[in-house]
Amino acid sequence: MSYIHAENLVKQYGTADAAVMAVGGMSFRIKMGEFVVVMGESGSGKSTLLSMMGALNTPTSGEYSVDGLEVYKLGQDQRADFRREFLGFVFQSFHLVPYLTLLENVMLPLATVKMSSKKKRALAEDALLRVGLNGKSHRLPGQTSGGEQERVAIARAIVNEPPILFADEPSGNLDTKTTREVMDLLKNLNEEGMTIVMVTHSPECASYTRRMLRISDGLLVEDVPLNGSKGGIQAIVC
Amino acid sequence: MTLKDIALRNIRRRKAKAGFVLAGLLIAVSTAVALLGLIEAMNRDIQQKLEEYGANILILPKTENLSLTYGGLSLGGVSFEMQEIRQADLGRVKTIKNAANVAAMGPTVLGALEVKERKVLLAGVDFQATKILKPWWKIAGAVPTDFGVLLGAEASRILALETGDHFKVNGSELQVSGILEPTGSQDDQLVFARLDTAQSLLHKEGRVSMVEVAALCTACPIEAMVSQISRALPDTKVMAIQQVVQSRMETLDYFRQFSYGVTAVLVLVGSLVVLVTMMGSVRERTSEIGIFRAMGFRRSHVIRIVLLEAGIISAMAGILGYLVGFGSTKLALPFFTGSNSIGVIFDPVLAAGAFAAALLMGLASSVYPALMAARIDPTDALRAL
Repeated sequence: MSYIHAENLVKQYGTADAAVMAVGGMSFRIKMGEFVVVMGESGSGKSTLLSMMGALNTPTSGEYSVDGLEVYKLGQDQRADFRREFLGFVFQSFHLVPYLTLLENVMLPLATVKMSSKKKRALAEDALLRVGLNGKSHRLPGQTSGGEQERVAIARAIVNEPPILFADEPSGNLDTKTTREVMDLLKNLNEEGMTIVMVTHSPECASYTRRMLRISDGLLVEDVPLNGSKGGIQAIVC
Repeated sequence: MTLKDIALRNIRRRKAKAGFVLAGLLIAVSTAVALLGLIEAMNRDIQQKLEEYGANILILPKTENLSLTYGGLSLGGVSFEMQEIRQADLGRVKTIKNAANVAAMGPTVLGALEVKERKVLLAGVDFQATKILKPWWKIAGAVPTDFGVLLGAEASRILALETGDHFKVNGSELQVSGILEPTGSQDDQLVFARLDTAQSLLHKEGRVSMVEVAALCTACPIEAMVSQISRALPDTKVMAIQQVVQSRMETLDYFRQFSYGVTAVLVLVGSLVVLVTMMGSVRERTSEIGIFRAMGFRRSHVIRIVLLEAGIISAMAGILGYLVGFGSTKLALPFFTGSNSIGVIFDPVLAAGAFAAALLMGLASSVYPALMAARIDPTDALRAL
């Protein structure tokens, strides 16, 4: 049974002569617990697709549901609640809040949740522990390396234990060694049951996933299974 | 981690911007507090001076005036049948309904004398009553006894007489017992003696030229007392000395209106400072707000963060603004009243008003930036997505 279901998703920016078709009608289904990579050249529409899947960008037409819930039929507030409860985001440039400590950054998704401070702190410390950063929780983002910031971003994305994680170029600003550590982390999360959809240009990163959606000019041109172990992506040309 | 924590951390991080908002509100609030405090203190000063010091009712003999005109041109007036008040009648003032409000009554007899071949005006007064009626008098020397006189500063200079000097008037030898320090009033030109001494020298025994009355009360029924005294002394003209007070009150009213105007301008400028600074702050935080929205913050949560920040800074500005305004009033008051006789007191209503006004200004000016923040499209904010 599909968990994420996109049916003929279209996103067009502008109107008439100035119209740009970012996503030109994509349909796909993703099962619970899948680790999917979205690949394609720059400007192919993968980031637009991810923002629509993340309930952040209303499609021009088409249907999109998660666990049977028609996401874009929800009101603004309900959609925000949906993002908080169902989705975690890992951004390319980390997007940590610079004036909050690492622990406070991880606690951010819990800021609007009715829960004791003690419980929030415990959840955040646990998330940091899962990404291997339990000893640096009181540092500011500026005092940590890129790899550590990426781990904090992942900890923040998983602190409220969402069933789905969206990662946009998680290795974009990292060296090879740190990229491997981060991808191992995502793979572990997937093995624990989390559904992950990742956008990347990197075949190295894609090799950790089990399925690839390849996009070109706003259209889904390839949907192929991968073996999910590093090194299994050699056949893919990016 | 709560929305309040986020607001507090952001204030701490953006100290310069927070300081700018604080300064904008602080200047407006403290100026308003200082001006309103000054007005209130000056008002009290006038009331206090009016109630505690000096005469506020004048009793004069009734005179008949004839207005002269010739060919339609006014030639002024002449007084005829000039009368004087019988001293014995003054006892009736103690019988009026508001007699308890009479703090002091100073009968004065006036008349011209020749001293050292110069004409001077002699005023016979009750020096005990004068202590209440003219508390600003400072005497270098002693208060006159039987045949002593007190010279006004100008009279002393003109007559070349000093304390201890003797001089003769109508065959009586008088001694200068003291010199009055300059008052800036007509008192400087007068020669003062005890009432009975002056009456004797002027041959006006049992008669007085005028009576000054100090009515001591809060919200004095001056007009009522004037009519009560008029009834008790039908042959006199009784007046309330209100002109000076009215004039000062009018000046104070102008100052009050000016203060309201200045306050309004400062409130407007302060609000604009808050508006512009908060809008700049929101623009700077576009991607941060995008992250919040992506993480499931509702629009109302974003609005709350911005308003919380504004509220915290405004509350600080309200408290500091009152304290600074209070201090400024204390410093400025002596320059406005010319004395240290009146103090600045803590006014809980003004303090609460300053706090509420700062909060209202800060929040009202931040509503638009808050809405602007809430309308930020998370997709636009997070260009990486």
